[in-house]
Amino acid sequence: MILLILLGISLFSAIILAFVGDRKFAPEINILGSMATFVAGIALAWQVYLHGQIIAGGNFFFVDAFNVYLATLTSFVSMTTAIFSRRYMRWEMEHGKIGKKRMRFYHAMFQLFIFAMLLALLTNNVGVLWIAMELATLSTVLLVSLYRTPTAIEAAWKYFILCGVGIAQALFGTVLLYFAAERVLGQGGEALLWTNLSMVSDKLEPTILSLAFVFLMIGYGTKVGLVPLHNWLPDAHSEGPTPISAVLSGLLLNVALYALVRCKILVDGATGTHQSGYIMMGFGLLSILVAAFSLLRQKDIKRMFAYSSIEHMGIATFAFGLGGQIATFGALLHMLVHSLTKSAIFFTVGHASQMHETQEMDKIKGLFRGNPLVGWGLVFGVMAIVGMPPFGVFTSEFLILTATMKDAPLLTPLFLIGLGVAFAALFKRVAPMVSGPIPSIQKPLKATHVPVMLHLILVLILGLYMPKFLSQWFHAAVEKCMG
Amino acid sequence: MSMELLAQINKDFAALILLTSFGLLVQRRIYALLLLFAWQGLFLSISTAIVGFVAEAHHLYIASILTLLLKVILIPYVLHILIHRLQIYKEVENLTNIPLIMLIGIALVIFSYHLTLPIQELSTLMTRSTIAVALATVMLGLLMMITRRHAVTQVIGFLAMENGLFFAATSTTYGMPLVIELGVALDILIAAFIFGIFFFHIRTTFDSLDVEQMMKLKEED
Repeated sequence: MILLILLGISLFSAIILAFVGDRKFAPEINILGSMATFVAGIALAWQVYLHGQIIAGGNFFFVDAFNVYLATLTSFVSMTTAIFSRRYMRWEMEHGKIGKKRMRFYHAMFQLFIFAMLLALLTNNVGVLWIAMELATLSTVLLVSLYRTPTAIEAAWKYFILCGVGIAQALFGTVLLYFAAERVLGQGGEALLWTNLSMVSDKLEPTILSLAFVFLMIGYGTKVGLVPLHNWLPDAHSEGPTPISAVLSGLLLNVALYALVRCKILVDGATGTHQSGYIMMGFGLLSILVAAFSLLRQKDIKRMFAYSSIEHMGIATFAFGLGGQIATFGALLHMLVHSLTKSAIFFTVGHASQMHETQEMDKIKGLFRGNPLVGWGLVFGVMAIVGMPPFGVFTSEFLILTATMKDAPLLTPLFLIGLGVAFAALFKRVAPMVSGPIPSIQKPLKATHVPVMLHLILVLILGLYMPKFLSQWFHAAVEKCMG
Repeated sequence: MSMELLAQINKDFAALILLTSFGLLVQRRIYALLLLFAWQGLFLSISTAIVGFVAEAHHLYIASILTLLLKVILIPYVLHILIHRLQIYKEVENLTNIPLIMLIGIALVIFSYHLTLPIQELSTLMTRSTIAVALATVMLGLLMMITRRHAVTQVIGFLAMENGLFFAATSTTYGMPLVIELGVALDILIAAFIFGIFFFHIRTTFDSLDVEQMMKLKEED
């Protein structure tokens, strides 16, 4: 029941906003819908906390420790993004960047996107998971091209084609998975249910599953933004409206990684080897290194932080591939703290680029004097994202680093080089943006500070203290991932 | 009709699907591409119906009708209207090195046969010999998307790839469960609407549908 409410609210809000999304009160409806989704998310989390796991809707939904925290996180970040987007999008409209019609479209698609992600997270059916992932792509494609500038359309086209191709590979992988499952579980929808699959994973044909994993890895890996499948990501993040960059980076990548990890658990159960883990480690490490070095070359502020997202998704993928209790725990925590930090950074970046009416980093200056809260928000966000203590990212990266030193000591230097280069690159870029006198192009802006602060405080708390329910979930999820 | 004969006919249709894939790969005229795509959908639909009959898998009839409606009638019709509206009826795409593309295509088919060998060994279905063709169709669609520079042809490549996936599901497992087939069909339908909108956006912003012009976003050194 609670699941239907949770999913229903966002779908219902999407339908309402499809009609009234251009009215004056539309942003408020958007916030209200997201808030209601968040409340339902909390209620769901509470139920999972009490009962351990929930299977509902005739086996259609399955919630356990692994996906419940991601679902709650998704509803939370979508709420704060909706709050942020109220003033941000109003400013864009007042400055003639988008018209009323596109505002309506934006609001409806935002809620549909949230719906698709929640469906992907909560479904028990591996096939529906694929459908929801595709729906999440489709609902954001036209949001990326919302401004209709040549570059925005190019970015959206790339996003559409590359993710379409990628996700098609994942469908082929799902077909193969069904082929293997059907031999054990028999024909029909039951054979694609995660709860059934995970029980018989050791009986599934290993050769088929390792073949399936290659396709699933390419497919969902494209959506995670892993190098060398990442080409769409920096473009889509830099050209779309900032609230969309925040949810793409903070949420969609997580959901795709979640899908990948779910598949990995099945494949590992079938093959009994660590082969899929090695593949993920390879992709992860490559992403960390390539993204870290690309950070140095960026001129566009949103593009730079998009590369930072690739780097962090690489870290989480690497850690999941590494396996082992500490690494998996670290990866789960990393997904959480990265999502909170990165969306906070995108909020401040959105403010900064509105103040200067450009996304070019060379032109953004004097944020401390112009708008201290935006400046400090950016500095603290960057401190958190590069993994400085006492923020939560430090904890997760430290856990992953320890696990690397223990299980794959030879990769530790590479991992550290990636982290170090990213650290240096981000600070080198951010320092000139916040300091110095106010440049002539800077205009005052009424910014929305609450979402940024809320996120950063949460990341700070997670770095200092881990609530019992969360560590309990993570431990349960680690058990699942270990098989 | 005996089952062997039907299985034989199904293989013929698989061959026709592969043939249309190669046709799509090298056809340079936009409108002819559209027709080829519709033919491929038709072969796919008939093949699905035959498999449904032989395997007594009745949900495949629904899948077959769905394919007919979506990929033979609706999407080609929408594309037809778009091609007329955009007045690219007579457009011919520059495509150099056709023999090379063909050779790569053939290599991909052989590769598909190699890749699907373990599946064919395990499968007991009468359609097991067409699995490789299905994967080859996916790969050829992919190759088409890489080699083409026109927005409409890229989309047709994408849809041809989707055809291959559908065919793969039919030949490996007698189709995915109906819920999934319906969901996938819905996604394709939404995608079709989106690329329709896109054509106009690209056209109004760039004055043509050549995606080669969209090269602005790259890393500066």
